[in-house]
Amino acid sequence: MSESNSVEKRILESLKSKFGESILEDGWEGALAPKRIKTFASREKIVEVAQAIKELGFDQVISQGGTDYPKDDIFKVNYHLIAVDNEELKPIILSLATKLPRNDPKMSTLTNVWRSAEFHEQETFENFGIFFEGHPRMERLLLPEDWDDIPPLRKEFTLPGR
Amino acid sequence: MEVVERQGDYLTMSVGPQHPGSGHMRLIVTVDGDIIVKVKPDPGYVHRGAEKMCEVRTYIQNIPHLERPVIIDSCGILFAYVLAAEELIGVQPPPRAQYIRIIMAELNRIISHMYWLSIYGIFMGHSTMFMWPMGDRELFIDLAASIGGTRVTFSYFIPGGVRNDIPPGFKEKALKTFDYFVKRLKEYEKIYFNNPLVLKRTQGVGVFKREDAISLGVTGPNLRASGVASDTRKDEPYSMYDTIDFDIPTYREGDSYSRAWVRLEEMRESMKIIRQAIDKMEAGPVKQPMRGQIKGKVGEAFARTEAARGTMFYHIVSDGGKFPYRVKISVPSFRNLIAMSHLLEGNRLADMPVIYWGLDYWPVEADR
Amino acid sequence: MVSSGSAISVFAGKVNDLLGTIVEQSVKEPIRYIVNWGRLYALWPVHLETACCSVEFGAASGPRFDLERFGMLEAFGSLRQCDLLVVQGTVTRKMAPRLQWVYEQMPEPKWVIAMGACAISGGLYIDSYNVIQGIDKIIPTDVFIPGCPPRPETLIQGIIELQNKIRRSRVRS
Repeated sequence: MSESNSVEKRILESLKSKFGESILEDGWEGALAPKRIKTFASREKIVEVAQAIKELGFDQVISQGGTDYPKDDIFKVNYHLIAVDNEELKPIILSLATKLPRNDPKMSTLTNVWRSAEFHEQETFENFGIFFEGHPRMERLLLPEDWDDIPPLRKEFTLPGR
Repeated sequence: MEVVERQGDYLTMSVGPQHPGSGHMRLIVTVDGDIIVKVKPDPGYVHRGAEKMCEVRTYIQNIPHLERPVIIDSCGILFAYVLAAEELIGVQPPPRAQYIRIIMAELNRIISHMYWLSIYGIFMGHSTMFMWPMGDRELFIDLAASIGGTRVTFSYFIPGGVRNDIPPGFKEKALKTFDYFVKRLKEYEKIYFNNPLVLKRTQGVGVFKREDAISLGVTGPNLRASGVASDTRKDEPYSMYDTIDFDIPTYREGDSYSRAWVRLEEMRESMKIIRQAIDKMEAGPVKQPMRGQIKGKVGEAFARTEAARGTMFYHIVSDGGKFPYRVKISVPSFRNLIAMSHLLEGNRLADMPVIYWGLDYWPVEADR
Repeated sequence: MVSSGSAISVFAGKVNDLLGTIVEQSVKEPIRYIVNWGRLYALWPVHLETACCSVEFGAASGPRFDLERFGMLEAFGSLRQCDLLVVQGTVTRKMAPRLQWVYEQMPEPKWVIAMGACAISGGLYIDSYNVIQGIDKIIPTDVFIPGCPPRPETLIQGIIELQNKIRRSRVRS
């Protein structure tokens, strides 16, 4: 690794010393790129990991979204975190991912760690049907009130004519 | 406004989606007399399913519909998309294209801020404040149209560069417009920003504390008005922003008045950026030629840029096919929505329009 | 005796009817003209924005295009005083019932303009799961203005077309 991403490396190392190899999803190489850090946590541990990431200085959720993988029978949930108030961490985007089984899409909310995750989680709930336990308002946000189909961003939901 | 519920001294009513301000948005407001007790935003009136549509269109076909959510800032929303798509496709735009992108993005920032300022006038019942910026905005639309071809929806950024070169004589025309507009901005300051009515309506209204702004995830000019100097153009310089010298206007007060000032100052900075970009640009190709079916490599990419309303973020997952597997668009308006209830609660109902539009919330963008 | 008297009254009644018809026929056309002329140049649009075409609607009200020159007033006020509904863009499934309510609350006579490709047929969002494919399925529409978004000049042309339609329309007595 070059000097240019020493900050990224340091952050990843400090997370690794706390949580072990499980923080890396596809090995050391895949987790680190210039200005990008990719981390992983199981759903049992995600609140703990998130707390540690927040303590490092990442103070905002810039995006949160799910991805549906019907082949592997999982949902992947990604939290993208930035630091707006920390000069050293400002250029970095940290991605925190977790995997949920498709037949039991539940995880605990991260709104207690970052309040800015609130609406993102609500959106993921209605788009994928992933339930966030402990969320203050787990209800519909963007879809119409009378939506009775399956959540639209799941892969089995097909668009008319496609 | 329609009364939804009456409970003791509290009255719950629905503001929108048809209301005299900017439409397609509903707020369920509970008031105690004149004071707002509780606000529940109800977005989704323009939810068009752009993220799902991305999955059945190729990387190029996605461009036109992705800019529709913010047609006043159409290059701002596309910029992050092309950066993420370029990472997956594996193309690099030539330097001239990167400067042209900066020019277009900054022109769009001015167009968007001018639209915001004129509608702010309507919200305050100030007709001149609607007419002046709306008229001056047309000059910048002319400039952008001479490059992009249409008035607002350019579809100008493509992976690997931009669609076409800027026309000859653009520099002279642009500099003439800027010279006029710099003078005009001084008049704006005199007539709107030092206007006792505007001062009374906006100063100290909807104050955002620095800590709240950070923890709620507010972005863009709203965050900078609360004293956080956070701007992606400086934090993580993309395109050619690292070769350009400009400032980030920051204010500490965090009220509606300073949010307006941040946007006014930003227009000045944008003109400064465009002047430098025109000078630094060298002749050369404007796009990387791509042959055959464009496919992204297996993996994921994320990119962020600074659009007019704040940080635009894209997360694209590719499975190696011609369509993106998943496109997540995180728009600044959606992240600013959380601030709405935080700021409105405890204020007077009469201050609602100023706070609402002072956040520059664009419902079409938030709903996607 | 009696019959002749009734015949006279019947005759007088017929003459009266005929005179009435003549008078009515001769006055009808000018009245129709005057009423339509009055409606023509005082179109009050409802301030209902459904999607992004509202940007160009705003620009058309601005100083360069100045819709008021053509008798199209500012989008202000209550919808109970309005007679024109400009549907500015995409109508989603969540917005559709609201659009219907707004239309039903407007007093007669009222006209509807579908502005932009999305309002006409779904446009770019033809395969979206949440978009109504054309507002003429929900409310009767008078004028369709194509474009994505339509330029302000096209909007002005559409309004002139609507005025032509109003000029030709019948007035209920």
